[in-house]
Amino acid sequence: MVKLTINNQEISVPEHTTIMEAAEMLNIFIPNLCYLKDLNEIGACRVCVVEVEGVSRLVTSCNNAVSEGMVVTTNSPKVRASRKTNVELILSQHDARCATCVRSGNCSLQEISNDLGIIDNPYKENIPLAHWNDDFPLIRDYEKCIKCMRCIEICDKIQGLNVWDMSKTGSRTTVDVSHNRRIEEADCALCGQCITHCPTAALRERDDTDRVYEALGTKDKITIVQIAPAVRAAWGEDLGLPREFATVKRLVAALRKIGFDYIFDTNFAADLTIMEEGSEFLQRLGDKENQKWPMFTSCCPGWVRFINTQYSDMVDQLSTAKSPQQMFGAIAKTYYARLLGVDPDRIFSVSIMPCTAKKYEAGVSVMADAGSGQDVDVVLTTREIDRMIRAEKINPALLEEEEFDTPLGEGTGAAVIFGATGGVMEAALRSAYYLVTGENPDPDAFEDVRGREGWREASFDLAGSKLKVAIASGLGNTRRLIEAIRSGEASYDFVEIMACPGGCAGGGGQPIEDGKELAGVRMDVLYGLDTVADLRFSHENPSVIKCYEDFLGAPLSARSHKLLHTNQKSWEL
Amino acid sequence: MSRLRIITSNKAQETIEFLYKDLERRIVSSPPGLCPIDLMASFVKMSHAQTCGKCSPCRIGLGQLVDLLEEVLDGKATMSTLDLIEKTASAVYYTSDCAIGYEAADMVLRGIEGFKEDFEEHILRGRCVAALDQAIPCISLCPAGVDVPGYIALISEGRYADAVKLIRKDNPLPAVCGLICEHPCEVRCRRNMIDDSINIRGLKRFAVENAGYVPVPEKMPATGKTIAIIGGGPSGLSAAYYLSLMGHDVEIFEKRKHLGGMLRYGIPRYRLPREILDDEINTILSLGIKVHKEIDIGKDITFKKIKEDFDAVYIAIGAHTDKKINIEGHETKGITSAVDILRKSGDGEALDLEGKNIVIIGGGNVAMDVARTARREGADKVRVVYRRRQVDMTALEEEVEGAIAEGCEILDLYTPRKIEKDENSNISGLWIQSQIIGRIPFDRPVPVDADTESILIPCDQLVLAVGQGIESKSFEKEGIPVTQDAIMAEEWSGIENIPGVYAGGDCVFGPATVIRAIAAGKVAAANIDEYLGYHHVIETDVEIPEPRIADRIPCGRVNMRDRQASERVSDYELVEFPMSLEEAMQESSRCLRCDHFGLGVFKGGRVEKW
Repeated sequence: MVKLTINNQEISVPEHTTIMEAAEMLNIFIPNLCYLKDLNEIGACRVCVVEVEGVSRLVTSCNNAVSEGMVVTTNSPKVRASRKTNVELILSQHDARCATCVRSGNCSLQEISNDLGIIDNPYKENIPLAHWNDDFPLIRDYEKCIKCMRCIEICDKIQGLNVWDMSKTGSRTTVDVSHNRRIEEADCALCGQCITHCPTAALRERDDTDRVYEALGTKDKITIVQIAPAVRAAWGEDLGLPREFATVKRLVAALRKIGFDYIFDTNFAADLTIMEEGSEFLQRLGDKENQKWPMFTSCCPGWVRFINTQYSDMVDQLSTAKSPQQMFGAIAKTYYARLLGVDPDRIFSVSIMPCTAKKYEAGVSVMADAGSGQDVDVVLTTREIDRMIRAEKINPALLEEEEFDTPLGEGTGAAVIFGATGGVMEAALRSAYYLVTGENPDPDAFEDVRGREGWREASFDLAGSKLKVAIASGLGNTRRLIEAIRSGEASYDFVEIMACPGGCAGGGGQPIEDGKELAGVRMDVLYGLDTVADLRFSHENPSVIKCYEDFLGAPLSARSHKLLHTNQKSWEL
Repeated sequence: MSRLRIITSNKAQETIEFLYKDLERRIVSSPPGLCPIDLMASFVKMSHAQTCGKCSPCRIGLGQLVDLLEEVLDGKATMSTLDLIEKTASAVYYTSDCAIGYEAADMVLRGIEGFKEDFEEHILRGRCVAALDQAIPCISLCPAGVDVPGYIALISEGRYADAVKLIRKDNPLPAVCGLICEHPCEVRCRRNMIDDSINIRGLKRFAVENAGYVPVPEKMPATGKTIAIIGGGPSGLSAAYYLSLMGHDVEIFEKRKHLGGMLRYGIPRYRLPREILDDEINTILSLGIKVHKEIDIGKDITFKKIKEDFDAVYIAIGAHTDKKINIEGHETKGITSAVDILRKSGDGEALDLEGKNIVIIGGGNVAMDVARTARREGADKVRVVYRRRQVDMTALEEEVEGAIAEGCEILDLYTPRKIEKDENSNISGLWIQSQIIGRIPFDRPVPVDADTESILIPCDQLVLAVGQGIESKSFEKEGIPVTQDAIMAEEWSGIENIPGVYAGGDCVFGPATVIRAIAAGKVAAANIDEYLGYHHVIETDVEIPEPRIADRIPCGRVNMRDRQASERVSDYELVEFPMSLEEAMQESSRCLRCDHFGLGVFKGGRVEKW
């Protein structure tokens, strides 16, 4: 233990504790900006500086360890003045037109500037100019970047794609796509983790809300919206709602108020995915010798982009099943148009996703199997739908719960856990067991696949045959797993990959709370919903059963293949 | 009114003098990878501040050039801006009255030529191709990438054995390097910005000498793969060490009686005592490396046979032949090469120099080594003839000073002309021609004959120390590609189209430093391991201490002192004194810990394993 004094209070802390952490133990909170625990401890913004007795220059508290007898002051005149100056300097290079900023009210720079009482900046504005492709699903706003380097760190350390790097040198140093590439050629998976770890709005999703407003305002358009599983665990965060209050049924109510004609659940399509993907897996298993193993899940477009750029020789190991979003889109403009008895061209299909890569996926040119334009017309992130709710001045606290429309609003507990890492695997195993044995397993029989570790594995007995599965979330973990498969160190039958740590619950389109990783609590919500669900097996979803009876025939039928399967190799990047 | 007055400097001028020194040292420690246009723009801006203001091109033109360069940097320029920059710089160059103006303009003109690609990237594509990726100057300038801040921090905590372990992760010859490394790590040390670079080599020596015996790490499980190392010098020993650690069976084939290569046959004992060299080699061999001495490849065994018998081969034969100079009378008796003398000395043979009058031709470290060895062998008079100025010598300054202190004379600005011999064809003297130093076509001035007569200096023995060559013939015969006697290896040490055969060290890049040879051995080890289908990781469990939080108050650098010349000249004991504990503690505390403070904490910092 190390004994030290902070602001005249004595404390003993373990060796290697940082000054900032030691101060927190005394409830002394040191302002900081670039710092992110374990991820970005580089002391770039110089806001968390403190004074150490006997040392004339100030010291960053985020990445310097305590030492015996150290006497620290976190709020001396020198600290206050220097900290404020540093924030003013950062502001002089930041487009601080907060009124037109997507992160206004949820911006660490705005917060610290307000907290420090900066009402005037003595420094001349000197904002860098650079161009970005505004059609790309991921937007970088150079004028708002404060060079905290967090995006570089998350992409390097967690996702392992090294999309971002410092660019230029000297006074013009900025953060940009690494190696002087354009973003389109940088193998970005579009996971959006850089967005959710950005302290300002230097990184954000392409805002597509205007296209939705336009459709809502077009008389002839029938607007159909689907809500992804993980959205229900997070949408209330940006609106200040308690987690237990922000149910999906209240989100349904909000969407009705906005004016969507039909409000459906991606869970329906997730159950459909299990039918197709589970059947495909069993089919491949029946032809084990001639197949390449493992089979990979295919519902995460960040992962599909990743494998397409990083391990293109393994793309045919992906399940050909489309993601629930795209299955839903194809069904909405065929089966559902038929049920409504309308021309599918009138249907405008919107999805609400915890994801930025879904914007890309919906735009892939072959994702138009229904024959009426893109199967999904617009993808909104959870953040964008929250902004629409705010724009409509809907008071979410006053919302009553409302039901989804039928039949595409029906989903099972197996579908809702798609939003958590391991969920797709668990849902698939539940139904695969049924498809092989003809009877249902205990719904929690496969709970070994749950967890928060980035790479997990489990083995099960499936009607006498041993099944080895693995789950990875986060692309850095994914790369490790794939390298192990390629080197022969690991071998599996079925592998689920999610690009974002924790799966869609931690998706790059989810609400942002700076400094907090919320995937875990959101996953708990999803598993809780599964536990209390009446139906916990995808093959028991009555609307799915009916859809097969009336329209698709059977899993892997010719129509299923046309509408619900894809060749990911043909996806343009 | 006084007619004359004494010029005194005022406070501002005194301060500026300090700032000039600060700036000089700052430039010394400038990290690689900065945008050259940005740097040039700031140099021109400084030059503009130096203008007296009398002449318009300098007074106005330099400012315009700064603005135009800023436009380029801001992405606002077109290719016509570049034309304007060139036109303006040319006018300032042609028309400025004094060097303040025309030399500043010349910088810009040279930049336009030298940074052509950078200009085009900035102007046409709005991007800068420069990138700072070497955050820790000492580590990035060490060819072997030794973790300098790490081991200095360990030294300051008294953890000398850990320091040695950490060094061995990248360099298995810490004792050797503590004594004779040319320390490129010190060149751009960021401590220069405050006062002076850290004495890194001295600290390394201190760690090694105070660590006691540090056993080698445990070997990884045996792979059953066999590797032949041809040449037991620093490069071969380094490759052998790491490959052996990785679990491979390594055998060294050495041509001479003993291992060590140039460490034994080039570097005199008074710089690297044999017992220290032997201890270090024995530590490496303690991994179970087999050694075959006095085996000459091509004579005792064919290279082909070695290639067949082993899974991989590393050729590290060094550069051990002498180079000749074309001088009238060179067939005379009494002429020998530095390589011969140092080899004999390395094997402990008698040199027969006592009472003789020796002349050495050359200006490198080898010339100094021979000169100082000759003094220790009792030579009566030792003179070093060098055609440029003493300051132009490639020998380290301390080596030259050491030689002079030991009674060697430097005859600089003389070129050998003709050898004088007696009736028995023994050398009796050397005619030398005085030179004057001349123009600087590139980096070093070229000497030319002075308008004087040659003079004769008497001598009994002439030693040529004008460079070494590589004995690569027997390898060339067996298909190894060679250019100007150097073996052609790729930057990853492999040889094109000959899988499993690697080469490195002096035999590839010509006579260079021990640390470059070590680095080549390390690179070869990593790539041979990969070639054999493995990915063994070399790392250490040594935990590096947290950096000290303290102000960095200017403090002199501890330099190494030598034993008294009059005493050391008559023995082969180590010339250099070690640092005292007090000195080592002060010196290690000067380290700025660039691994933690600055870019090193973020990117391009510590490499924990390889």
